[in-house]
Amino acid sequence: MATKTDNQKAWFFVLPVVVLVAFNALIPLMTVVNYSVQETFGNNLFFWEGVGWFEQVLHSERFHAALGRQLMFTGIILAIEIPLGVAIALTMPRQGPWVPVCLVLMALPLLIPWNVVGSMWNIFALPEIGLLGRAINAMGIDYNYTQQPLAAWFTVILMDVWHWTSLVVLLAYAGLISIPDAYYQAAKIDGAKAWAVFRHIQLPKMKRVLTIAILLRFIDSFMIYTEPFVLTGGGPGNSTTFLSIDLVKIALGQFDLGPAGAMSLIYFVITLLVSWVFYTLMTRDDPK
Amino acid sequence: MKRLIPLAPALYIAFLMLPIYWLLNMSFKTTNEILGGFSLWPNQFTLDNYRTIFTDPTWYMGYVNSLTYVTINTAITLVVALPAAYAFSRYRFLGDKHLFFWLLTNRMAPPAIFALPFFQLYSAVGLFDTHLAVALAHVLFNIPLTVWILEGFMSGVPRELDETAYVDGYSFPRFFARIFLPTIKAGIGVSAFFCFMFSWVEMLLAKTLTAVEAKPIAAIMTKTASSAGYELGLLAAAGCLTIIPGAFVIYFVRNYIAKGFALGRV
Repeated sequence: MATKTDNQKAWFFVLPVVVLVAFNALIPLMTVVNYSVQETFGNNLFFWEGVGWFEQVLHSERFHAALGRQLMFTGIILAIEIPLGVAIALTMPRQGPWVPVCLVLMALPLLIPWNVVGSMWNIFALPEIGLLGRAINAMGIDYNYTQQPLAAWFTVILMDVWHWTSLVVLLAYAGLISIPDAYYQAAKIDGAKAWAVFRHIQLPKMKRVLTIAILLRFIDSFMIYTEPFVLTGGGPGNSTTFLSIDLVKIALGQFDLGPAGAMSLIYFVITLLVSWVFYTLMTRDDPK
Repeated sequence: MKRLIPLAPALYIAFLMLPIYWLLNMSFKTTNEILGGFSLWPNQFTLDNYRTIFTDPTWYMGYVNSLTYVTINTAITLVVALPAAYAFSRYRFLGDKHLFFWLLTNRMAPPAIFALPFFQLYSAVGLFDTHLAVALAHVLFNIPLTVWILEGFMSGVPRELDETAYVDGYSFPRFFARIFLPTIKAGIGVSAFFCFMFSWVEMLLAKTLTAVEAKPIAAIMTKTASSAGYELGLLAAAGCLTIIPGAFVIYFVRNYIAKGFALGRV
């Protein structure tokens, strides 16, 4: 790209964005910080608590369990959605009348409100009247996601794969169609096998969009709330209570502001750290 | 084996359509028929569920409310993000890289963290239960993404375009509106698509910031699910109707989706 010029007046261009985002990010964040270091007994009376809440949250088994479930969930859906999305993008036609049809149909789940996704899967997977629940039970497997933790996990993961794999497909497909034909012709002349074409031409060309796909999927799955909440309510027991569900329970359900504030900050820092590590690892070989 | 490979996208799409079909199937059944047994299609086909939604203001106002704040959000986001993205793509200024990174960190903040503070903040400034409150709250994650997408598109436009315009005597606002914006219209389309998408589907904040006047369709659905017994047919019909605006938007940007992803950074 062309070189940028120094211009301090450019600050005026970014000022509206800074003001809006600061209003929405800094004030609430300071509120959370405020809660996280104080104890309250109601009536708006607050007492200095120091780092007590942080120690409590970091040592609580409840937090460890929720964090463990969260990491496992995010790990599983990344391991399924990224390879599956790339595989489907590879098999899609490059041109022709079917391309827009495929894209529109595939993008559909992305634009359904998250609570509707939850309700839809709730109905779809019910053992008595849902198509999925009925089909699994008909195969002779005892399946009831409202009672069996394993079945609940299976349903939540299948729902997320259904909901978000298309994002990976769209991104990977965009990376693929930007590869000039000349590359494939060169590969053909060299007699390259399909795997070699994938490994040395398609994968490197998709690297940029795949970085974005992995980052977005990590971030969004790490903050997942509405879909599993509507589907399972975090149950049975606590088996699908992920971090956000647990946090909302503590903050809005029990109104324990101190622990909720401390947990919010720890949660945010973990998200930032992991995103940063992903980003650095994946862009490490980029020419700067 | 090789001949079967083109079937993979078709199978995938079939998998995507199954739950949607099931929802559609339910929406044409009476609640009694749904609870009474299992059938692959409605035996007593009824439009009652849809009739209820289109005649009861508490239902259809939910859609109006949701579409209102989504539209306001998309408008605000684009208006402030366009100049900012231009600044990031064209100029170096004090703290630019840090600012850009700070903006992006807000896309990584879990909404659950902000639910309670947002409620207090918007109550304090008197915006609670207004469309504007939800629109402003959604700006938190839409602005970072939009600035990021637009910056990618703008950096793909050669600087010579700007310089030629100035030589030809264009003032900055005229250049920006007449020449620059039309050049990156694909980017604006893609950004608007993402703003619409993330604001339309978000529900935790939208629900927390509203009570009666600006209540989104999502919140009305959860309330029905718990209060009026369990009206599955009605719930299914309401769910089906929430798919339509999204389908419209995708149809309009269908040619930009793949191309747009590739041109821009997202």
